[in-house]
Amino acid sequence: MERFSLDAAHLLAGGMVLVSFMMLYQNRILGLLNVFAAHAVVLSLSVAWQAYIQSAPHLFVTAAIALILKAIIIPVALHHMVVRLGVHRDIETVGGIGPTMLMGIGLVALSMVVMLPAAAEADPIAREDLALALSVILLGLLMMVTRQNAISQIVGFMSLENGLVLAATGARGMPLVVEISVAFSVLVAFIVIGVFLFRIRERFDTIDTQALDDFREGRE
Amino acid sequence: MSALLHLLPFAPIDAVLVVPGVAAFILALIPQYRLGARVNMLASGLTFLFALTLLVERPDPTVSFLFVDDLNVVFIVLGTFVGFTTSIFSASYIGHEIEIGRLKPGYIRFYHGMYQALSFSMNLGLTANNVGLMWVAVELATLTTVLMVGLYRTQAALEAAWKYFILGSVGIALALFGTILIYMAARPVIGEGHDAMVWTTLIANAAALSPELLNVAFVFLMLGYGTKVGLAPLHAWLPDAHAEGPTPISAVLSGLLLNVALYALLRFKMLLAANPFAVAPGPLLVTLGLVSLIFAGFMLYLRRDIKRLFAYSSIEHMGLIAFAFGMGGPLANFAGLLHMTMHSLTKSAIFFAVGQVAQVKGTQKIADIRGLTESHPTLGWSLVVGVAAIAGLPPMGIFTSEFLLVSSTFAREPLLAIPLVFGLLLAFGALVWRLTGIAFGKPSPSVVDAGRRPSMLPLIVHLVLVLIAGLYLPGPLVAWFQNVARMLG
Repeated sequence: MERFSLDAAHLLAGGMVLVSFMMLYQNRILGLLNVFAAHAVVLSLSVAWQAYIQSAPHLFVTAAIALILKAIIIPVALHHMVVRLGVHRDIETVGGIGPTMLMGIGLVALSMVVMLPAAAEADPIAREDLALALSVILLGLLMMVTRQNAISQIVGFMSLENGLVLAATGARGMPLVVEISVAFSVLVAFIVIGVFLFRIRERFDTIDTQALDDFREGRE
Repeated sequence: MSALLHLLPFAPIDAVLVVPGVAAFILALIPQYRLGARVNMLASGLTFLFALTLLVERPDPTVSFLFVDDLNVVFIVLGTFVGFTTSIFSASYIGHEIEIGRLKPGYIRFYHGMYQALSFSMNLGLTANNVGLMWVAVELATLTTVLMVGLYRTQAALEAAWKYFILGSVGIALALFGTILIYMAARPVIGEGHDAMVWTTLIANAAALSPELLNVAFVFLMLGYGTKVGLAPLHAWLPDAHAEGPTPISAVLSGLLLNVALYALLRFKMLLAANPFAVAPGPLLVTLGLVSLIFAGFMLYLRRDIKRLFAYSSIEHMGLIAFAFGMGGPLANFAGLLHMTMHSLTKSAIFFAVGQVAQVKGTQKIADIRGLTESHPTLGWSLVVGVAAIAGLPPMGIFTSEFLLVSSTFAREPLLAIPLVFGLLLAFGALVWRLTGIAFGKPSPSVVDAGRRPSMLPLIVHLVLVLIAGLYLPGPLVAWFQNVARMLG
């Protein structure tokens, strides 16, 4: 049982790294959103499994937040937004899939090299989980820097955040995990609202602010 | 004094959180500008008074999530003082912004509420006795400042807020990973649960923590909180956020928020320093500090926006402070503390002046601001004094701290003193060059009639304090800073 719970935890965390790689090469936003939803589902399963093997019922709350908010509400909201803004048919240049994937592999190798020896004294679940979580975080960062589009950057940030939740739940008995995951959800909600306002303003309000600028210039 | 304090229904340490927290809700309900500004001043003043009482009255760290020691009380008193004077400045500044229609009156409740929420989150970050709580507070402070930076709702302001938000969030995320690693390092020693994140137990057991995990954690914490400090490769959000937001927020950002992030960084530096096997955190800080100093020194020459100019000067000074704390030792730490205090006071004073300059001239472009000492003598000369202070001219306080820093560096690491002095001279040249254009020569036209009398009080109080500190440092203050400098190791 001990062996099995370990393997299952590693399988789920490894699954997140795999889905992170899948996100790297999505060149359509809607496809990216679908893969992100899958990422959140795997995260939710992984957190639920941690809650079960650590007998920590409060982690089920985190799993539920991940499932409801990140796998359903945010992808659906972004989906609507993307269609409404009419960017869903755009094909994004991701800067060469080959090099990006190679960089991704390099980052995963880096996180293994850094984390496994550093966390050698920690228990095996936490050790491997930390290494895999760092991989997810670095892949999320990689995605944020290779993308131009604001929505893709947000998805990158949210996948990075999924990696953080994975790390926090893997650390047995860490306090404030639920609170931190809620705080992060607030942050993500702000980002999504921000994008909405920002994009909408960019589209419909430009003339207005331009007029204001001209007014200020004209007074001088 | 302390007998009087016991009559209060709550401890002073709670009051520095309760007052701004309650005020934020009250101010969110006050749509009138004048009343709101007064309540804002009153709340900030009260917070400052309660912060002062922390100098004599310390709570018991074992019973609370909050704690006060010699280190964070310096940050709290300084922070609440600048928060108070900025609220006075904000009253006249925001009044003018509403008059000219740059700020919609509907945003007043939002602005004042957020001002107190920011004060609350910074005080929480500074007093938290739990590294997780500290992280939450810094995140909250980031969110409130993001909302304030975007307050004018112009294209540029929204873009600046967005950039700040994305970079700040990534920084915050990395800091959280570092915090998780700290917990992982502490768990085998201290045990599971809340205790393993409490600062006082962490530092008490620092020597037993796993050095490998601490090393990796510090890298993430330094990148994460370093983004919020504005250290060089991670500074990109800072100039935009300073330039596009309302000027009181620029003053608070430079004078306070950067210090809060620096405080978080210093705490973790102390943790690493207390572990004999962990990597020395000093050289990392020294490197980032020097890079910030020299990079900002060059960038100062290229600025065309007056608020951006002083934002880059903040990067330069945060670099200097990081350098000082990275060098460590009693003298360099003392210089770092003094420099941080002087920089907060001077930089917020400069932003008070710059805000009024931008209002009377109707522009932030350096090229369009000329001959200020002739057209607005008080304002112009205050700005001259402020810039002379920030450039490090004697007899101002910043000269004292920079002199201490340079001489201690020469004594210990002469090779490091060369880039340090180079960076200082670089920034000095840029600031003096820009200042002569702004302050002297034929005045450019003003858009506001001279009849308007903005409040000069906060500006003058700050500059006088900086001048006094340059001429004479009171004995108890010196003893206090020396004690903290020893604590920092």
